[in-house]
Amino acid sequence: MSSPSETPPVVAHHPALRHHFDTMATQKDSSLLGMWVFIAQEIMFFGGMLAAYAIYRNVYYDAFAAGSHHLDVKLGTINTAVLICSSLTMALGVHAAALGKRKATVLFLLLTIALGSVFLGIKVVEYADKFHHDLVPGPRYSAESLHGAHGEALSADTARHSELFFALYFGLTGLHALHMIIGVPIIAIMAWKAGHGRFGPAYYTPVEVTGLYWHFVDIVWIFLFPLLYLIPHHA
Amino acid sequence: MPEHAADPHAEPHDHVVPVGTYILVFLALMVGTAVTVAASYLDLGIWNTPVAMLIAVTKAGLVVSFFMHLKYSPRLYWIWLGAAVFFLAHLLLGTGADFLGHLFLNLGSPGT
Repeated sequence: MSSPSETPPVVAHHPALRHHFDTMATQKDSSLLGMWVFIAQEIMFFGGMLAAYAIYRNVYYDAFAAGSHHLDVKLGTINTAVLICSSLTMALGVHAAALGKRKATVLFLLLTIALGSVFLGIKVVEYADKFHHDLVPGPRYSAESLHGAHGEALSADTARHSELFFALYFGLTGLHALHMIIGVPIIAIMAWKAGHGRFGPAYYTPVEVTGLYWHFVDIVWIFLFPLLYLIPHHA
Repeated sequence: MPEHAADPHAEPHDHVVPVGTYILVFLALMVGTAVTVAASYLDLGIWNTPVAMLIAVTKAGLVVSFFMHLKYSPRLYWIWLGAAVFFLAHLLLGTGADFLGHLFLNLGSPGT
């Protein structure tokens, strides 16, 4: 029998538990909360450019519709599907990590990287087309390849304002692509760690936090796709 | 979080979402994408953009609730997301109201 004055027995704890946390549960909640706070910041970060987009689209509607119709709806739709698939594989990767399935975790994370790379590859094809048609804002910008709702040439004003559409197109999709370019190596590190048995049912927080980030990037695209690619000529 | 306070040595016992739920959410997101594209080819007058945004918000809600586990997460995370959405709405509605005000009060287009 130990008397109350003796030092308490050392409780064996998980090696991933940092000394300033009482339990794995509070540590995990803190990490996830931190990611949600970051995501809240990210929403405001994208929000500024979205507000600029909303205003200019309403002021220069014809220019934005003409610019939007030059974008490839087929490629945009494929990319949306690719990104949703990558969100599914990410969710399944986190799921596998929670169940301690090492091989499945690595497989799903690698699939997520592959799908993310496909998305970025298609984006490169789309950007190259804009360069080819001189639709990149700057001194070489030319609206000659754009046309109105009935195939007519754009007025000088509309042609000039269409540059604003492409500035916001590159700004929004570029910022989104940058998030994916940052996300891919992070997922690769998670896959490497998972492959080396760093995670298990008691500790897979890094995988889950990475998943939150990746799903957020997916959500941004869910809004960007209809806003940029699907502006109707009518209305 | 208070629900963990009872047993300081408890390991996290997460709500594991069944794989079937993920597959259903995935299918709903794919259908939502198809409906978004199809609806963009219909002439809905001023409603094209609201319909597209309504579908996008629904899709985002599914991703947040299930893929991001918010449905099973502490309310504290909901507050942070809610605060961000609130201020985003404030930003968009505030600038939007200013824009409409200029139009309706004939103060000239804010873009010129």
